[in-house]
Amino acid sequence: MTSLFINGKRYKIDVSSDTPLLWILRDHLGLVGTKFGCGIAQCGACTVLVDGKAVRSCQTFINDIKDKKVTTIEGIPESHPVKKAWILEDVPQCGYCQPGQIMQAISLLSEKPNPTDEDIDNYMSSCLCRCGTYQRIKKAIHLSSQLMSSKRGKK
Amino acid sequence: MTDIINLSRRDFLKTGAIMGTSLLLGFYMPIDSEGKAKVTSKTFSPNAFIRIGSDDTITLIINKSEMGQGVYTSLPMLIAEELECELSKIKIQPAPVNPIYNHTEWGAIQGTGGSSSVRSCWDQLRKAGAAARLMLINAASQIWKVDPSECRAEKGFIIHEKSKKRLSFGSLVEKASTVEPPNNIVLKSPDTFKVIGKPTKHLDTKEKVNGKAIFGIDVKVPGMLTALVARPPVFGAKVKSYNAENAMKVNGVMHIIQIPSGVAVVAKDFWSAYNGRGALDIKWDVGENSKLSTDELKITYSRLANTEGLIAKKDGEAKEQFKKAHKKITAEYEVPYLSHSPMETLNCLIDYKEDRAYIWTGTQMQTLDRNAAASILNLDPQKVFLYTTYLGGGFGRRANPHSDFVSEAAHIAKELKKPVKVIWSRQDDIKGGYYRPMYYHKISAGLDEKGNLNSWLHTIVGQSIVKGTPFEQALTKNGIDKTSTEGAHDIPYEIPNIHVDLHSPNVNIPVLWWRSVGHSHTAFVVESFIDEAAHLAKKDPYEFRKNLLKNQPKYLSVLELAAEKAGWKNSLEKGKGRGIAVHKSFGSYVAQVAEVSLDRSGKLKVSKVICAIDCGRVINPSTVEAQMESGIVFGLSAALFGSITIKDGMVEQSNFHDYQILTMKDMPKVEVYIVKSNETPQGVGEPGVPPIAPAICNAIFSLTGKRIRKLPINLNELKIT
Ligand code: FES
Ligand code: FES
Repeated sequence: MTSLFINGKRYKIDVSSDTPLLWILRDHLGLVGTKFGCGIAQCGACTVLVDGKAVRSCQTFINDIKDKKVTTIEGIPESHPVKKAWILEDVPQCGYCQPGQIMQAISLLSEKPNPTDEDIDNYMSSCLCRCGTYQRIKKAIHLSSQLMSSKRGKK
Repeated sequence: MTDIINLSRRDFLKTGAIMGTSLLLGFYMPIDSEGKAKVTSKTFSPNAFIRIGSDDTITLIINKSEMGQGVYTSLPMLIAEELECELSKIKIQPAPVNPIYNHTEWGAIQGTGGSSSVRSCWDQLRKAGAAARLMLINAASQIWKVDPSECRAEKGFIIHEKSKKRLSFGSLVEKASTVEPPNNIVLKSPDTFKVIGKPTKHLDTKEKVNGKAIFGIDVKVPGMLTALVARPPVFGAKVKSYNAENAMKVNGVMHIIQIPSGVAVVAKDFWSAYNGRGALDIKWDVGENSKLSTDELKITYSRLANTEGLIAKKDGEAKEQFKKAHKKITAEYEVPYLSHSPMETLNCLIDYKEDRAYIWTGTQMQTLDRNAAASILNLDPQKVFLYTTYLGGGFGRRANPHSDFVSEAAHIAKELKKPVKVIWSRQDDIKGGYYRPMYYHKISAGLDEKGNLNSWLHTIVGQSIVKGTPFEQALTKNGIDKTSTEGAHDIPYEIPNIHVDLHSPNVNIPVLWWRSVGHSHTAFVVESFIDEAAHLAKKDPYEFRKNLLKNQPKYLSVLELAAEKAGWKNSLEKGKGRGIAVHKSFGSYVAQVAEVSLDRSGKLKVSKVICAIDCGRVINPSTVEAQMESGIVFGLSAALFGSITIKDGMVEQSNFHDYQILTMKDMPKVEVYIVKSNETPQGVGEPGVPPIAPAICNAIFSLTGKRIRKLPINLNELKIT
């Protein structure tokens, strides 16, 4: 039995230590918002946050997340500035890559609250979108950054 | 927004009974977790597409698959326009398989493809909406005892202006169910459209942003197992032996089942099945195809390209005129096999219960997939219920007339008799076939003394996509598979002598339509070669095209619009090149101007793409823009990186590291301009793809003087020396 801390909840689960977090989330915990795209850290569809930082859950194992906080797309409220921006810019097409893109963007903005286009290119290029929503993703990240700073301003 | 639902025969009968007053169909209603139909209120079902509940819910049943192209928004817009209801209140249910949902242009097949959804539903869905509105108006006017002509519908209410009375759609459900459907439906005049033509946010965005949208890979039913299949490393190879015992030792593995396409490992979950498959240690009888190689195929194709094939188009005497030409040019072009690689890998869940079966999958080809499963399971197709989920991209891969991924799941389910979901890994997907065919083109053009294009000879070599499918008859004429020559046998340029012919060799590599189908290669060749001809004639490629298109106003208008917006007449900064291309596909005209630069290391950067489209009347401009961006990215991925190669019968690529797709870093700035039109809506899902490869290759030529005749572009050849 291992205990995991995901989206603010504790889960006890019994899986072999080589099971990728991706499949723990999807098959064992029913958190299917995190997607499978490549299985080898090449596409970003499976991106989740571990202690606030984006990781590829297909290459993350129980030992990597012991005593750490995991956040999946289900753990981000719709009122979060990044989700809001994604909705305002109407980013998704098929939508399959978007949970991963959103988690990666949240991680980027936590490191760089006001990213330049170049920062976005560098940080987001590991998240593939076969539908080609990159232009809208970039806009949405800039918008998220604005929404976040106006929120900070209000505080 | 959607309900992926289970449905038993009992529910079928029950909902049918509840909806006894419905006019057409009453067999598809959501059920709650206890399996009871969620029909707590009466429902008005004026036709196959609309359900209005007494609680004012409006559910639209959509018979097109949502794969990112926005049909779950554009099709509801068509209904909402005529029904006069609020778009934001609409719920969507994917249609079950039923002839009433057949594609209006495909005969007895329900499916999504060929950028045809809006066009083929344009009248059908507006009429469905209008009929429902008229019935609601009649119901209200009967209640109020007024003339129907004094009533109108607005935002989900029927209103009687004079008496200021209003009733919501929901409150009219019972009465409306007794009203005869109208015989005469007059559709709204376009100048009164309130919904159609307005930029509209996608109705499924929130679900997708919240990770709540259910794709095929996400569906779960009680007791479900997961299967992975070990497929042959060489197409057509047969299983010789495998170590079932070894695989069964892996934790979680429950069954090993040999099926026609390989060996299935069925386990409690994906990871167990994956490890189990790894332990199978299969030996294959590779057979004849182990000699296949794309390098050798290319030699065969190039030889064929120098002989005449079946004639696809003949105007005038191109061969004679070419011989006499004042100036001439001949070139050979080649494009590789390509994988669709939708982001969601293929999958299919089947729950087979002896006398019936349920299928959940993201498919573009409902009827054929259901029938294929029914035939494998020896069931009456009516006893096979297929639920279409969201598709994590399709691009044609999920529109396989051979029903590969559904048939395979049916074979496993047949043995297992338990719900089982087959999931493909990315490697399975890239190696597993059904590619855009490799093509080889030989093309020649002759100019007369005045520099006018006088002859055009074009030979195309590549596998037929439709051969052996239910689409063969409709799409093949005199041995010519139209999907191999579309965009080449119908070039718009005014050339007096044209000859186009085709070789369709048989090769044992499974092929399929890939976003924009034949146009994906013919546009590259035609639009690159017209550029070559322009340079031979020492004319500006844009002016050269314009002159040859003077009697083609639609081509001209997008061409001119793109050139104007790109500032074609203005000179470019040093170090940049600009290229143009125009192409019509799926009823829409698209012109693109691409700007490229090369850095010192020879790295190509496509910095900007200006895109102009005439797709007839626009339903949702926001979707048109998104689809142009999407098509450009898809085409760029192919032009810059895409290539499936085969050696010793085996596919050499395996995942996104060696089958690359465009990333954010390489994304050009895309600007989309839409030509205003009042004509019937045309396609937008595919037409953005064809012009991009030639536009960038023409831009590279203008920058470097090097002509790219082979895709993907080999950047090493471009190093500026
Ligand atoms: S599935 Fe993890 S990066 Fe692709
Ligand atoms: S939206 Fe389809 S893969 Fe990104």
